[in-house]
Amino acid sequence: MQKRESAIKAAVQKHGKERKNLLPILQEVKQIKNYLSRSDVAEIGVEMGLALAHVYGVASFYHFIDLEERGQNIIWVCKTISCSMKGSNDIVMTLKERLKIKLGETTSDGKFSLLETNCIGWCHKGPAMLINDEPYTDLTPEKVIQIIDDYYTNN
Amino acid sequence: MSEKMINLVIDGKKIAIAEGTLLLEAAKSENVKIPTLCYHEDLCVAGNCRICVVEVEGWRTLPVACATPVMEGMVVYTNSPLVRRARRDVLAMLISEHSTQCTTCYRSTNCELQDLAAEYNIDNEIYINLLKDKVFTIDRSSWSIEKDESKCIRCQRCVRTCAELQKVNALDVIHRGAQMRVTTFFDTEMSDVVCTNCGQCINHCPTGALTERRYIDGIWDAIGDPTKHVIVQTAPAVRVALGEMLGYEPGARVTGQMVTALKRMGFDSVLDTDFSADLTIVEEAYELLQRLKRKLVNNEDIALPLMTSCSPAWIKFIEHMYPDYLDHLSSCKSPQQMFGAIAKTYYAKKRKLDPKDIVNVSIMPCSAKKFEANRMEMKDSGYPDIDLVCTTRELGHMIRQSGINFKELPDSEYDNFMGESSGAAVIFGVTGGVMEAALRTAYEVITGREVPFEGLNITSVRGMEGIRDAKIKLENVLPEWSFLEGVELAVAVAHGLTNAAQIMDDVVIGESPYHFIEIMGCPSGCIGGGGQPIPTNDEIRKKRAEAIYTEDEKKKIRKSHENPEVIKLYKEFLGAPLGELSHKLLHTKYTRRERV
Amino acid sequence: MAKKKVKRVDLIFKGCDCNKVLTDALKMPKEEIIQMLLDSELKGRGGAGFPTGLKWKMAAAEKGNRKYIICNADEGEPGTFKDREILDQIPLKVLGGMALAAYVTGAREGFIYLRHEYRFLIPKLEKTLETFHQWMEDFELDFTVKLFIGGGAYICGEETALIESMEGKRGEPRNKPPYPTHDGYLGKPTVVNNVETLVYSMMVMHIGSGEFKTMGVKGSSGSKLFSISGDTPKAGIHELELGMSLDDFVKEFGDGNTKSVQVGGASGFCVPRNRFKEVHVGYEDGLKGYSIPTGGSMMLFNSSRSMYNVLHNYLVFFEEESCGQCTPCRVGCQQLLKGVEAVKYGEKSHKYLDDLLHLAATMKLTAKCGLGQSVANSFSSIVENFREEMIY
Repeated sequence: MQKRESAIKAAVQKHGKERKNLLPILQEVKQIKNYLSRSDVAEIGVEMGLALAHVYGVASFYHFIDLEERGQNIIWVCKTISCSMKGSNDIVMTLKERLKIKLGETTSDGKFSLLETNCIGWCHKGPAMLINDEPYTDLTPEKVIQIIDDYYTNN
Repeated sequence: MSEKMINLVIDGKKIAIAEGTLLLEAAKSENVKIPTLCYHEDLCVAGNCRICVVEVEGWRTLPVACATPVMEGMVVYTNSPLVRRARRDVLAMLISEHSTQCTTCYRSTNCELQDLAAEYNIDNEIYINLLKDKVFTIDRSSWSIEKDESKCIRCQRCVRTCAELQKVNALDVIHRGAQMRVTTFFDTEMSDVVCTNCGQCINHCPTGALTERRYIDGIWDAIGDPTKHVIVQTAPAVRVALGEMLGYEPGARVTGQMVTALKRMGFDSVLDTDFSADLTIVEEAYELLQRLKRKLVNNEDIALPLMTSCSPAWIKFIEHMYPDYLDHLSSCKSPQQMFGAIAKTYYAKKRKLDPKDIVNVSIMPCSAKKFEANRMEMKDSGYPDIDLVCTTRELGHMIRQSGINFKELPDSEYDNFMGESSGAAVIFGVTGGVMEAALRTAYEVITGREVPFEGLNITSVRGMEGIRDAKIKLENVLPEWSFLEGVELAVAVAHGLTNAAQIMDDVVIGESPYHFIEIMGCPSGCIGGGGQPIPTNDEIRKKRAEAIYTEDEKKKIRKSHENPEVIKLYKEFLGAPLGELSHKLLHTKYTRRERV
Repeated sequence: MAKKKVKRVDLIFKGCDCNKVLTDALKMPKEEIIQMLLDSELKGRGGAGFPTGLKWKMAAAEKGNRKYIICNADEGEPGTFKDREILDQIPLKVLGGMALAAYVTGAREGFIYLRHEYRFLIPKLEKTLETFHQWMEDFELDFTVKLFIGGGAYICGEETALIESMEGKRGEPRNKPPYPTHDGYLGKPTVVNNVETLVYSMMVMHIGSGEFKTMGVKGSSGSKLFSISGDTPKAGIHELELGMSLDDFVKEFGDGNTKSVQVGGASGFCVPRNRFKEVHVGYEDGLKGYSIPTGGSMMLFNSSRSMYNVLHNYLVFFEEESCGQCTPCRVGCQQLLKGVEAVKYGEKSHKYLDDLLHLAATMKLTAKCGLGQSVANSFSSIVENFREEMIY
């Protein structure tokens, strides 16, 4: 807790309190634990001198500012048309089975959260997904299992 | 510099109008009414409901009249088939996400969406009801405000009100797309956020999504209970606005008819908050003088400027936003609460009543008074000062419910004791009024002479500007106040919490040049309160203010300290202003609050 | 519009000495650069097609010395991925375009608004920025560029929503006027250009406006990057001259069984096979003149695809990605989605599709922003052309 608070102070100090820095600050704090808790959002509002409801309104607008607790790694599978045509559904099914979670959930070991997202700009190489910032394309069920296994062995 | 004029055609009529004028205003100047929902003259333009679309020759899309400025050579149609069809569709869309249970809605017949739906003959639900799969719970956590999301049309008038007029920001928009809605920080209950209960959001809501929490049934029950002695008090601003609920034009003074109606409704005693407004002035004037003395004579570290404490929205605002500055607030309770405390002590004794059998009802232009009445500390008599608070709007409903033909009622006088009041008390209802009343008394206490203004009208503190100030030089003072000789008393008046915040920011940096500041939570003061009839806008507020000043001038007594009932109260019961009993019953303390 | 076969172009990604192009350009009077762009008839490659030279001219005419250049890299239109490729391969050309805009308008600060999904590009872009800033020092041009990372919101591709988002607000489009060239980021004159547009401004400087105009057709000069996906053996990015007919396009990129092409992404138009010959890809009058402007998204569907599924996918996208502030877009998207579902499942008669087409027309006329006005395009064009697939 102490660590997060000081991280918020540091982020606000680094970017400055002006409102225009709100999104970068939300993003920076989010990186620490992969989501922003209610108290994080409140703290950011207090530190920046912005109304808390307003900060919440801004944070909730953006898809990648997670306000729910997430795992260490977030998997975002593209669900938009080109990927869907190439079988993104199978990829989601495979991930659900491999990770033993439903969409929107986090594995019991806290390693992965599984989510869908809109077009991530790899339409010619679908199905595609992001794990955190890293894109993975031309996915097949086999490939996806390999990727997850690699995460487990490498971390 | 002469304004540049723009030539355009609206509905076939050529007009020339100043550059920068919006199409909505241009049409209005030609007596063409364009329907609006998200637009409110008190607020910045949003342009998001899209009901005010018009057709402009050569344009690919239909622009909104509320956000599009006039342009040279424009040919505008405000009522073409295309426009009518588009507006119908926009309305049908709004209705599809709106709970259309109009028969059970408090705002029925006073709802902008309902009016437009009727005007555009939306007589069936064209599109799929989007509420079907959603579950809504009404937030009734607050003493003052109820929030029913199923009736929200996302016009964001409340959001802009809370931000622009009040700088509270309790409400904001969250999420986006289909999930977009108006709520508090992480959906916290209204009772637990920075909401000041001012009710301006209610007053600016076009539908029934935000309403005051109603206590109408409780009041009827009390009246119907033979074991109860039900007292009703009416705040100054109610008498100049209630008429709007009952067929009068804005600005009508209906004091006498209101009193008659309340008597016919069965209240045991119809009394006046103006009485305790006079009492407040006496206590507060002495508190100011005492603070000045402690500061100037004793050199004590005493908080100045002194700030008024009549407006419960302002009190909660400072508790949340400036909790380190609560010692600047006058410790005086508001007139509503002083009234309640006296009613359950002195009045009870005089009328030989057991205070537990007294039910104190107050009619207020305000929703925050409901919260104030329920503050833990407001029980100094051993009983709650006030039991039930209803707004001007609720009273309007009750009068209708009781079958009274209001406009045909004769006038009557308030009952006694606690029905007498001065003109100084009446003007409590408008911004600057408390200041003017306080100066009428304080100046006379200090100098022994009346304030040096024609007809006692201290015009320098009147008006509608957000922040106003004035200086009054104290000369030839009475010996007791010799330390004030030559002092220029500096005062300021602010209304609307955004202006209050500006005043406070100066206090925080130690640059406030004032001795005494009046702050009212709502724009224009109580006449523009959150419990007043809807609509409330600049024009209507001005008319109510004029009515208040007329009421003042018609009063025989114009100064609070000359109210004979107040003099009697001190003589028979309280002793002196700021005395021991005053302190117990009439003064209070404040609470630091979080800023959620 | 004259017919033209698909003509491949190799301009954007071709190696060129950016430093040299800038060195030469920055010696020219500003007016001359604007004139070259006007002469080239280069139009915004993000999809809206506003003349680039005019935009720069407007911002240049504004008084004051605080102006901003923003590179719109919030590429979110389904089926578009060319900006990612440009930023990955030729970021210096993008920055060069920004420097030109800065020189012309007098802006000293610039931003690349990079969509969150492209965060993996950050290290590379930051490195390029170092080089670029060194160049700026060498050219004695007072201009610095920073990265601004989006939060994940399609609507922020709309320039005023993008600006709102940069100001720390919800990414909701503003009322226009005022336009960003007059009142943009932090209330200052701001030029917002698409990634590809900025590159083409460099290319116009490089090859000259005359040469640029030899490509494409009247009203739609030059070439453009197309992001091609769906049922095609040649998925990927292809630079083609503007003005081609869809028939020629499908001959080149189809799989032999193409039944429709979605031009311009989810907010674009679906063109069925029987109209391939009459529809061209370019900027003139929208569908009316049988030409469709596009940010470059071309999705091909063959006969195995259900157009209901395609439309449903788009509508789910918009229901989530609409900012939600204006009624037509917020409610309209939900109504279209729920409406096609109700018809499909027999809860509503097929005649309800006509009510929805009517609603779609209203959305187009009354929505607040350009994106809101176009969200119903796919609905109208798919329902009009594939009505049976919506019902059965």
